[in-house]
Amino acid sequence: MLKRLLHNKMIVAGAVIILIMVFLAVAAPILTPYDYAANSLSEMLNPPSLKHIMGTDAYGKDVWTRLIYGARISIKVSFISVLIALLSGTAIGLLCGYFRGCLDFFVGRLMDIMMSFPPILLSMIIAISFGKTEFNMCLAIGIPVIPNFYRIARSEVLSIRERTFIRASQTMGAGNAYIIFRHVIPNALPQIFITLSSTIGGCIMAESSLGFLGLGIAPPTPSWGAVINEGKDVLFQAPWVACFGGLMITLTTLAFNLLGDGLRDVLDPKLREN
Amino acid sequence: MKQEEEKREIILEVKDVKKWFPNAMRKKSFVKAVDGVSFCIRRGETFGLVGESGCGKSTLSRLILSLYKPTEGQVFYRGENISHLSGARLRNVRREMQVIFQDPYESLDPYLDIEEIIREPLDIHKYGTKEQKRERVEELCSLVGIPTNLLTRMPHQLSGGQRQRVSIARSLALNPEFVICDEAVSALDVSMQAQILNLLGRLQKDLSLTYLFISHNLSVVKYVSDTIGVMYFGHIVEIAPKEELFSNCRHPYTYALLSAVPVPDPDDKIQMDALKGDVPSLFDVPGGCIFHTRCPYASEDCKYKEPKLTDIGNGHQVACHKYDTLELKLAGRRNSVGKGEA
Repeated sequence: MLKRLLHNKMIVAGAVIILIMVFLAVAAPILTPYDYAANSLSEMLNPPSLKHIMGTDAYGKDVWTRLIYGARISIKVSFISVLIALLSGTAIGLLCGYFRGCLDFFVGRLMDIMMSFPPILLSMIIAISFGKTEFNMCLAIGIPVIPNFYRIARSEVLSIRERTFIRASQTMGAGNAYIIFRHVIPNALPQIFITLSSTIGGCIMAESSLGFLGLGIAPPTPSWGAVINEGKDVLFQAPWVACFGGLMITLTTLAFNLLGDGLRDVLDPKLREN
Repeated sequence: MKQEEEKREIILEVKDVKKWFPNAMRKKSFVKAVDGVSFCIRRGETFGLVGESGCGKSTLSRLILSLYKPTEGQVFYRGENISHLSGARLRNVRREMQVIFQDPYESLDPYLDIEEIIREPLDIHKYGTKEQKRERVEELCSLVGIPTNLLTRMPHQLSGGQRQRVSIARSLALNPEFVICDEAVSALDVSMQAQILNLLGRLQKDLSLTYLFISHNLSVVKYVSDTIGVMYFGHIVEIAPKEELFSNCRHPYTYALLSAVPVPDPDDKIQMDALKGDVPSLFDVPGGCIFHTRCPYASEDCKYKEPKLTDIGNGHQVACHKYDTLELKLAGRRNSVGKGEA
């Protein structure tokens, strides 16, 4: 299995980028001599140089420092929020699709309501009403994307449960739990992985958007969104602030997309080699 | 004498079974997929069930397997009413009753390898240790003729015939007594059909299996069956031992079916007047005899009175008011039916 994973270039590329990001986040204190919150009025808006490799922002804070410390929040929050959405959305979708009936109807309408809100609006509502803590951020970002997973999981299960091998399993005397874990989940997984890889990018963006709107983690704790937000005001004098922030988000989103696509390919039995 | 009696033990009895599906378009109306079917299957025999597409053959097989609960009527397996069993008792019955499905591309989970697929029934019924399971899987492979080096393959890497063998191996894993072959060879090409039919025949002899063989292909049914039931529109219209049915059919529908089988003879003429019209709508089922709208011999009586399956001797049952007056002769054709393919 590991060999197959390592054989796939997309997975390796995605994993390397993510590992680098995680390393930057964890090793942040070693990788920079600066404090992410320390203002330095003599060094405002310095362009990238050897001293500040990504320049400084409007308060003279080192952008590189803020970005690698920001990775801690951004990656953690987006990862946990996607996990919340993945687990709850997939579980609900599976159960609704498999058992259908009354439950399916009511949950379906609830999801319709959730989907009728723009996700960022729903995030804002949750963020404002729950307060600015890290876990609340995860909820604020994760809850609006639950319907994505619910929808995909449910529609996959609806088609899988009508297939003959499920019927065969039933005639052998298999119970629902056996069928769900043995047949339904493995068959639904590729589609869920695709959703996962596209959603996790969206979650990093959502975290950044909330940070950008000032609803993210309270300053001065840095996050990528917050860095871009600060850079926006000085976009023409010091474009490096916003650009490097955007670069981090782009790279991470790309990495998760690569990883997701790669995983889907590896899981596909038709592409499996003996 | 005793042996004779044992041979004739009834293993499965279907008693006036009905399955009505609610009609999504109109309230309180039903699609009568199976509407009052009765027959019984004796141990060791092969009961062939023929009928055109959509006549309720597969619904009937699902009713027997308890995948559907009948709207009315009962299914008895070795004397026990199984139509409303659930839980552990249903599981026990299912051990002895297995099914081979039509499409070998759909009936195997694409995400499991061949060993996992054959092992599945053993897993479900917690059969022995890992080694014992592996042993049993290999035993099954040799039984159905799958080389054991295919065990690590995925289903899509196998040919249709191999897949169907895997499907057969899986259904035999728990030593069933009764196997339903639901169009088991219809998806295969003719040479593969012959191989699989021969395999099924050999297994029946070796493992003393009883088959319910469902097919729309008369030649195949003729090749494997001892007794044949003919289904039309949710009803069984005629049941007879194979030879009797092919030489002396009494129902106009059976006659139409038999005369429609293509015969490899350029001079042969198909009797076009054996059947008229089209299959009636499922939402507008004809009253009286189900077949009267298409029967060239229908009289006024047939429109109002529903014929019951009547025993006319020699194990021959027919549901037609006029079975004793009709002259249904397949001139010169009956012997060639089935020879072309089987």
